[in-house]
Amino acid sequence: MIARALVIGSIRILTGVRVGWRGTEPVTGQCVYFANHTSNLDGAMLWAALPKSVRNRTRPVAAHDYWTRNGVRRYLAKRVFDAVLIERKNVTVSTNPLTPMLAALDTGSSLIVFPEGGRMEGSEPGAFKGGIHHLAVHRAGLAFVPAWIDNVNRVLPKGEILPVPMLGSVTLGAPIHLEVGETREKFLGRARSALLALRA
Amino acid sequence: MNADPQMLWLGAGIGGILVVSSVVGAILKAVVRTEGGQATVANLNARIRAWWVMVLVFGLALALGGLGLVVLFGLLSFLGLREFITLAPTKRGDHRTLFWAFFVVVPAQYYFVKADWYGMFSIFIPVYVFLFVPVRTALAGDCDGFLERTAKIQWGLMVCVYCLSYAPALMTLRIAGYDGQNAKLVVYLLAVAQLSDVFQYVWGKTLGRHKVAPTVSPSKTWEGLIGGLLTATGLGAALWWATPFSPLQSAGLSLVITLAGFFGGLVMSAIKRDRGVKDYGALIEGHGGVMDRVDSLSFAAPVFFHAVRYFFT
Repeated sequence: MIARALVIGSIRILTGVRVGWRGTEPVTGQCVYFANHTSNLDGAMLWAALPKSVRNRTRPVAAHDYWTRNGVRRYLAKRVFDAVLIERKNVTVSTNPLTPMLAALDTGSSLIVFPEGGRMEGSEPGAFKGGIHHLAVHRAGLAFVPAWIDNVNRVLPKGEILPVPMLGSVTLGAPIHLEVGETREKFLGRARSALLALRA
Repeated sequence: MNADPQMLWLGAGIGGILVVSSVVGAILKAVVRTEGGQATVANLNARIRAWWVMVLVFGLALALGGLGLVVLFGLLSFLGLREFITLAPTKRGDHRTLFWAFFVVVPAQYYFVKADWYGMFSIFIPVYVFLFVPVRTALAGDCDGFLERTAKIQWGLMVCVYCLSYAPALMTLRIAGYDGQNAKLVVYLLAVAQLSDVFQYVWGKTLGRHKVAPTVSPSKTWEGLIGGLLTATGLGAALWWATPFSPLQSAGLSLVITLAGFFGGLVMSAIKRDRGVKDYGALIEGHGGVMDRVDSLSFAAPVFFHAVRYFFT
């Protein structure tokens, strides 16, 4: 996979990205990484920053409409990132975004998701959408690992095409699980706090 | 160059120092018992391991000749600037200026060095780029903190790119009776600058009591400074045989390198202190980032270059 190595190499040169775990031993088993969303490069950077053995079975979840708009994006999404593409807009029963995510989990893959549903404005992530709760309900015992991404918005700010080199970092925290009887609001709030706690 | 016995002696000397350091590090590791002492020794050994890697990379670049040095220092400038800009908070409006800085200015500056175009590489950044940076930022339209933002980018390009590029630029000097031997000047500059750093650290750790600038750097002491300056100047003088200088001239130039290097370290510490960080990065184990390792070199290289150019060409 030359294209893959090239993409990973470029991301490393641009961001010198490092992964650090805080308050826990590294988790290597199947999980869902949920991260703050600041730049189109986030998913790619978190993915590239993971150790190779973990990265090979981790798939970023991304918007179908954005990543199929042209040939380059399609190629990157399919061949390089092996992304799980989900429908954001015209969601029907047949395009339920949960279906491809659950299918990926069932093959043993880990996922990278951005539960805000959009890029964060300012320094705090917005309210989480329900996606990760649905995943937790459908796959009991699934681990959710918070991932705080720092400084990548300066590498590729919204609306820019050309990236600028800037040191970025990913801080991963202790996994959380859906507890028995926990409400959707409580779980989403707990997840968001776990992510915020990783902010430097 | 491959048959220059003086270069081989320099290489053997540096290799010898590394071997001795590694042995001393291993002995200290076995002997030191206190917890604080062990942490210091662990950091020392990490630094020595990193020195091996840095010397091998530099040796490889040197073996490839002038182009190897230009590529190596170009890469260091790129990585150094990346660290510098990360620390200096720029704004959205600077994005395109920064793109120019990284992907046009850095390669262009090193191209001019490689092309031996003194009239260009010596003014390219301080004249053309310094004028270009505020123009590009003004065109982007964001005036908030304009002067400050412009200064950050200019100063980053100055220390990380312009100053550092003077190290490979030594290859372009034409010194009578020293044709084709300039690579040894680069080794000389790096050896004296880095030995000065090392001995300031060693004397500071062993004898350091009185701080030079306590608000800037707690690790810079008068004892370390004077011990480091004298040791590095002495060692530099003792390397005169590999240079076009007499022993006395070599001592004088070594003093210039060590003094400029000390001030470089001081200034770069002040920037770190201002930003509230200890290191510029974490690329080199035990040392921090690229800029933590080349801060002294970046001040020493242009001063040394122009001193040699003025007095010896």
